[in-house]
Amino acid sequence: MLPVRRAFSTSARRALATVQDAPPVRHYGGLKDQDRIFTNLYCRHDHGIKGAQARGDWHKTKEILLKGDNWIIQTMKDSGLRGRGGAGFPSGLKWSFMNKPGWENDKRPRYLVVNADEGEPGTCKDREIMRGDPHKLVEGCLVAGRAMNATAAYIYIRGEFYQEAAHVEQAIQEAYKAGLLGKNACGSGYAFDVYVHRGAGAYICGEETALIESLEGKQGKPRLKPPFPADVGLFGCPSTVANVETVAVAPTICRRGSAWFAGFGRERNQGTKLYCVSGHVNNPAVVEEEMSIPLRELLEKHCGGIRGGWDNLLGIIPGGSSVPVLPIKACGEVLMDYDSLKDAGSGLGTGAVIVMDKSTDIVAAIARLSHFYKHESCGQCTPCREGTTWLMRTMDRLVVGRAHHREIDMLLELTKQIEGRTICALGDAAAWPVQGLMRHFRPEVEARIDKFRAEHGPVLFGGQLKSEVDFSLAVPDNLGGSLVDAPKQTRV
Amino acid sequence: MSAVRLARACLAASRRPLPLARPLHTTAARSSDALFVHRDTPYNNPQIPFEFNAENLKRAQEIISHYPTQYKKAATIPLLDLGQRQNKGWTSISVMNYVAKLLDIPPMRVYEVATFYTMFNREPIGQHFVQVCTTTPCMLRGSTEILNTVCSHLGGIHPGDTTKDGKFTVVEVECQGACSNAPMFVVGDDFYEDLTPESSKKILDAFASGKKPKPGPQSGRQTSENSAGLTALTSKPPGPGEFCAEEFR
Repeated sequence: MLPVRRAFSTSARRALATVQDAPPVRHYGGLKDQDRIFTNLYCRHDHGIKGAQARGDWHKTKEILLKGDNWIIQTMKDSGLRGRGGAGFPSGLKWSFMNKPGWENDKRPRYLVVNADEGEPGTCKDREIMRGDPHKLVEGCLVAGRAMNATAAYIYIRGEFYQEAAHVEQAIQEAYKAGLLGKNACGSGYAFDVYVHRGAGAYICGEETALIESLEGKQGKPRLKPPFPADVGLFGCPSTVANVETVAVAPTICRRGSAWFAGFGRERNQGTKLYCVSGHVNNPAVVEEEMSIPLRELLEKHCGGIRGGWDNLLGIIPGGSSVPVLPIKACGEVLMDYDSLKDAGSGLGTGAVIVMDKSTDIVAAIARLSHFYKHESCGQCTPCREGTTWLMRTMDRLVVGRAHHREIDMLLELTKQIEGRTICALGDAAAWPVQGLMRHFRPEVEARIDKFRAEHGPVLFGGQLKSEVDFSLAVPDNLGGSLVDAPKQTRV
Repeated sequence: MSAVRLARACLAASRRPLPLARPLHTTAARSSDALFVHRDTPYNNPQIPFEFNAENLKRAQEIISHYPTQYKKAATIPLLDLGQRQNKGWTSISVMNYVAKLLDIPPMRVYEVATFYTMFNREPIGQHFVQVCTTTPCMLRGSTEILNTVCSHLGGIHPGDTTKDGKFTVVEVECQGACSNAPMFVVGDDFYEDLTPESSKKILDAFASGKKPKPGPQSGRQTSENSAGLTALTSKPPGPGEFCAEEFR
C-alpha cells in the first residue's frame, strides 16, 4: 500500500473538491454615532441655526449647489438612497424625472413638495426630524430643489404638528435672514424659496397627488396618474413630492460622499434609516440605525426587548399599519430592509415597527386598523369607500366571533376586490393588514367563531343569530343558517 | 350664498307634509362623525358677522402671498385654520363665507374643504379640546383606559361631548403621529404623551384650574429616546466638515 500512496501523493494532487473561502458574513446594525445623520433627534441640542451650524448643517452648501444638478442627482443615484416615505422608489431616479431633455424651454415654475403629512399609524420619525433638526430639512429642500431645478419648495406638514411646524417655520426665517434662502441662496446665484403649508387632518393627504390637491386648497382626493406630477403637478407645474427623511439626508450624503452612505446596509437597500418602535417593547423609541439591521437586534438593542421576553412575542407589524403582520417565527430572522421584508411577505413601509406581545387581542388590533382606514378613506373610489366600511363591520364581528367560517374567505375575497382597483394605495393598505391577519392567525379567528357558536348557537351570514330570526316570516334561504361547515382539510 | 339658499330650499321642501306617507320601513337615523349638511341655528347662521381682526388679516395676506397669484385658493386651509382660531376653535358658516370672499372663490369650494378635513370643527367646542388617540399603537399601550379615564373624570361624558361648564370637549381621534410615546392625547395644540390614568387626571385637573401643564412626555423622558438611557447619540455631534469628503471639509 505504501508505494501506491507515495506515487499518488507525488504525481498529481487532486484538486477537485477544493472549498473556496466564502465571503465573510457581514453583520448589519451597530451604527456608530459619528455615522448618524440626525444628530439632534432627541432634541438634546439647540434646534436653531446656531446649533445646527455647530452640528455641520449649512456647511459649504454653496459648493454643493455650484456642483450642479447632474452632480447631485448622480450622487443620490450612487448612494442608493430609496424613498423613505414607504414606497422605496430610488430617489436619484425620481429627481431626474424633473430634468427631461429640453426642460429649460419650459417657462413654468417648478416645485419641490415635501411630504410631512406623517399619519401612518406607528410612524413618528418625521416629527423628530422637524422638531430636532429642522435645518437639515430646510437645507435638504435647497439641495434637492437645486437637483431638480425647482423654483420653490412647499413643506406640507400635517395640521396636528403645531410645534413641529413652528420649528420648521423658525428655521426658514433664520435661513432667509442669514441669506441661505431667497434670491441668492447661499451666495450661489440660485433663487429658491421655501414655504410651510399646514394641513388639517386627513391621512389621505400623505398620498402624493392627494397632497398636491390639498395644497391647492381642495379636498385631498388623489388624482389619476398619468400625468405624473413631474409633468403636471402642483398648480399645473412640474413637481416632485418627496418624504421629509429623503430630503433631509440629501445634504449630508452630498458632503460625506455617496460611497459613505452606500456602505451601509445590503445591496439595493443602502443607507441609514430612522426606525420608530411602538407597542409592547420595554422602552419604545425612535432611533437611527443601519439598514438591514436584524429586527430582533433592533428591538433588543434600542428598545429594551419585548415585554416579558422574546418568547412572549405574538407578532410584529414591521412597516406601519399598511403592511401585513409577521408572526414570531419570521420576526426572528428577518432583516429590516425593503427586500428582506418583502421576501417575508410584508414590507418596510415607513420603518414603523408595531410590536404585539401575547397579551394582545390581535383580531381587535387589526379591526382597529380597519376602523382607521374606514375613517380615512376619501370616498372617491367605490371599492375603497364601500370596501373599507364592509371590512370594518366584518372585522368587528370577527373580534367576538359572531360570524360564519365561510365569511373569512368572503372577507379575503373582498380584500382582493379592493386591492389594485382604486386610484391610490389606500385601498391596498386597508386590505393588507386583514390579509396578513388571516395568513398567520386564521386559527385564532376560527377558534373565536367556534366558541361564539358553541355559546350562542348558529350564526347567519351577516352576524344575526339564528335564534333571533323569526322564520315564519319571509326570510331569504341563503343565509347559511343550517349550513354545516365543511370538515377541516387535513394537510398531507 | 347660493348654496346656503339652495340648502334652505331643500329643507323647506322636506318639511312639506307628504300625502299618505306610510311608514313601511323605518330605520334609526344614522349619525356619522359630523353631519355634512349645514342647518341654520341661532348660534350658527350666515347672518352672524365674522371678520379677521387686524393681526389675522395681516397674517392672511402673508399666507396668500405664498401662493401664485392665480391660485389664491391654495390658502383656503390655512385661512380656515386662522378663522377657526379666532372663532373660539370652531368654523362657523360665517367663517367659511368670509374666507370664500377673501379668496374670491365660490363659498361651496370652501364648504367642501371644511367638511372634508377633520380638524375643522363645525360645531362649537369647549375651551379645552381634548383629542384622545385610540389607533392601534396607542391602543396597544392602553389608550382605551385613557379614554375611559378622561371621560369619567370629566363627569361621565362620552367622546364627542362637551362638559356642562363648557370647559372640555373630548373626542376620539385617529393616529396623531406620536406612536413611540403612546398613549397620548392632544389638548389644543399640545401633545401630552406617555400617559397613565393618573397623569391624565392630573393634566385635566390642571387645565380645569386654569393652569397649563407642561406638554410632552409625562414619564420623565425628554422626547422619544429610550427611557432606560440613551442607546444612540451619546457622544458629541460632529462639527462642520467633520467626516466629510475632502472638498467639503
